Amino acid sequence: MTQGSVITEEMRKGIGIESEASIYLVEKEPIRRCAAAMGDNNPLFNDEEYAKKLGYRSIIAPPGFQPTYCFPVKIAPMRADAGPRMPQGFTRFMNGGDEYEFFQPIQAGDVLSVTRRLGDLYERDGRMGKMFFTVNETVFRNQKKEIVLIQRSTTIAY
Amino acid sequence: MAEQRFWEDIAVDSPVPPLMKNATPRQLVMWAGAYGDYYEIHYNENIAKANMLPGLIIHGTLKAAWLGQMLSEWVGEKGRIKKYSASYRSMDVPGDNITLTGKVTKKYVDGKDHVVEADIWVQNGKGEKTTPGTATVIFPSKG
Repeated sequence: MTQGSVITEEMRKGIGIESEASIYLVEKEPIRRCAAAMGDNNPLFNDEEYAKKLGYRSIIAPPGFQPTYCFPVKIAPMRADAGPRMPQGFTRFMNGGDEYEFFQPIQAGDVLSVTRRLGDLYERDGRMGKMFFTVNETVFRNQKKEIVLIQRSTTIAY
Repeated sequence: MAEQRFWEDIAVDSPVPPLMKNATPRQLVMWAGAYGDYYEIHYNENIAKANMLPGLIIHGTLKAAWLGQMLSEWVGEKGRIKKYSASYRSMDVPGDNITLTGKVTKKYVDGKDHVVEADIWVQNGKGEKTTPGTATVIFPSKG
């Protein structure tokens, strides 16, 4: 890859620009299926009566539950003014990792408003040449407009 | 659920109680459906091998969810997870004995919150850390 930075000022201008929201109703069955796929039999994710005894309205979602992916709805695309996202010359991609920051439990019956924004761009020199890191933030807000979860996903291009 | 632990019980350098997993291809198919990640390398061996992989590999997001399960069980119903991360450094495969665990790095009080920080990771059957991360969790206090 080229010497010097591949990240332009124009690309940096996209940081923080939030997409339009997609709206999701959190249903019980996707929560139960997620817990079953994890092999997690915590009754909080399965048994509504149990969850109610602990003060929740219904079952809650396990960490790692991704409402956006549990529904056949695509997340809203980034806004056009969010700028270019990828420098030229990078053709291979890896899922670098995820970070989850929890503010409140996601409960069945919640209506989530989900937006995406570019969180950060950085680069590093690796064994295979320059590696370009994109951090995308997905922000989940509940029906009261309170943030319940921020997921930060890192994609590595090389 | 297991017994409730309290902030006062947690010592720096002590381990995060481990959670053991051994994924079957069936479980990877269940996760593909639950998460909506239908990339074939997780359930079609021919396609995995055509992508230079040794065989089927476990979804990074499933490993991250397992780290979340480990943390939920650790903090109990009166505790909560504030934040955690997982870096997908190396692959894990179905049939391997996977251990999720960690080590406490810090504990402190922040306002009303009794906080514990830990390094966390996924470890394969050979004892290699494939998926490291960090966690910030809140425990209930006895005080």
